[in-house]
Amino acid sequence: MITAERKPLEEIIECIRPYDRILLVGCNECVTVCAAGGRKEVGLLASALRMAFMKEGRTLEITELTLERQCDPEYVEELVTMIDAADAVLSMACGCGVQEVARRYKNKPVYPAVNTKFMGASVSQGVWAERCQGCGDCILGLTGGICPVARCSKRLLNGPCGGSTSGKCEISDDVECAWQLIWDRMKELGIQDRYEEVMVAKDWRTSRDGGPRKIVREDLA
Amino acid sequence: MKTESVLEKVLTSGQLAVTSECGPPRGALPDKVREKAAMLKGYVDGINVTDNQTAMVRMSSLAACIIIREMGLDPILQMVTRDRNRLAMQSDIIGAYAFGINTMLCLSGDHPKFGDHPMAANVYDLDSVQLIQTVKQMREEGIFQGGDKILNPPQMFIGAAANPFADPFELRVARLAKKINAGVDFVQTQCIYNLDKFEKWMEGICDRGLDKKVYIMPGITPMKSAGMARYMKNRVPGMDVPDEVVKRMAGVPKEKQAQEGVDIAVESIERLKNVKGVHGFHIMAIEWEQIVPEIVKRSGLYPRPEL
Repeated sequence: MITAERKPLEEIIECIRPYDRILLVGCNECVTVCAAGGRKEVGLLASALRMAFMKEGRTLEITELTLERQCDPEYVEELVTMIDAADAVLSMACGCGVQEVARRYKNKPVYPAVNTKFMGASVSQGVWAERCQGCGDCILGLTGGICPVARCSKRLLNGPCGGSTSGKCEISDDVECAWQLIWDRMKELGIQDRYEEVMVAKDWRTSRDGGPRKIVREDLA
Repeated sequence: MKTESVLEKVLTSGQLAVTSECGPPRGALPDKVREKAAMLKGYVDGINVTDNQTAMVRMSSLAACIIIREMGLDPILQMVTRDRNRLAMQSDIIGAYAFGINTMLCLSGDHPKFGDHPMAANVYDLDSVQLIQTVKQMREEGIFQGGDKILNPPQMFIGAAANPFADPFELRVARLAKKINAGVDFVQTQCIYNLDKFEKWMEGICDRGLDKKVYIMPGITPMKSAGMARYMKNRVPGMDVPDEVVKRMAGVPKEKQAQEGVDIAVESIERLKNVKGVHGFHIMAIEWEQIVPEIVKRSGLYPRPEL
């Protein structure tokens, strides 16, 4: 899923300071799962903002709504009945959702209330970690199901580097060495001999380096 | 001979080669480069010029290599894949060769986190193994990584680094094999203080006959003080400094510790000279280039062969 973290309250307040009426929009998908911008977080942020404005002697009118999926035009359309009553939209969706709202409601300012972080998986309660960079040409079949592009700090395709120590990355004890994981898994699968095959220079065109990407499915379009 | 590299000449002659390194200054100080390189003149077969080492901005390796080349010496262009993509790296390799620089070292480089620009984007378009492959292809096939023909392709003698002490240890021989598969000609290792472990790694290499496919030059770094020994032991990723080395450094008075460090370096060279598969030494005297001649002389590696 796409993970996100709420921005600091002060930063959000600065964004919406010029406005009196805010439409605060959450999303019921990824940001709900990672507890950053679902219905619950929308409620918490709305209360925090009201209190902060009250302390300044101002009243902030906040309309709260959590859409099923903010990156989908069909659901973003639901805002049409309430958009005129708001001076600005504060979105708690990932960057995709924020942009979809901006695209649909051209004359309405939209501000992000979260920082979109990465595509990741849940490691344990309250912990998420990066797993995929969306390079567009998956090599997990060659690396034992562990992605060096996303999980090696230097995205080395022929690691590990000389900084791997006791299974940890040189940048931090909190970061596992992806190539240690890959090697362990290769041994587990009995495919260690594949390690010495050089992984050739990657074609990054399928990644962000090739320009903004798009999928067109003729069969569905 | 694959190239005009002096280092290649010495290594293929079967004599022990000696390289050292020079870190470029953190500013436009060409005389500083000349001063450091001059200290090494006559004592080494090649001078590694580091590329933004420890991810700190310095004079470019290429510029410093040109300065050294113009002194009539033999620089080794270090290139990390952290800062530049394949376009920039290949154009620098051509530029280097145009100035008569014919030896280089392909590295991935320290993560930006360790340097003075931790906020910088890290590029890693290629990794060190892919850079080796690229330089080899430029030399042997005369084509760029992208496939186009190169006019007067650079003939680089290709080096890489190896760290016998990083984890997983069991993978370290295979990792060297991978660099050999990519086309590396010589390897300079991480600083060796744990000689037993280094010898074990070399055994693994010789068992597979890899010593016949690549020239291996153990890295030797004289320690200036017990403090430096402790720092290297505890703070430098991938460094293996045994307790007895720290104890030995700490066991002599402060003013004699530098001498002790040099003694350890010389003794290490003497011992490793006899290890099968060792073809020379890479003496990295960090900000202490002036000590290199003494180490080279005392280790019986002076004078350098005239080839």
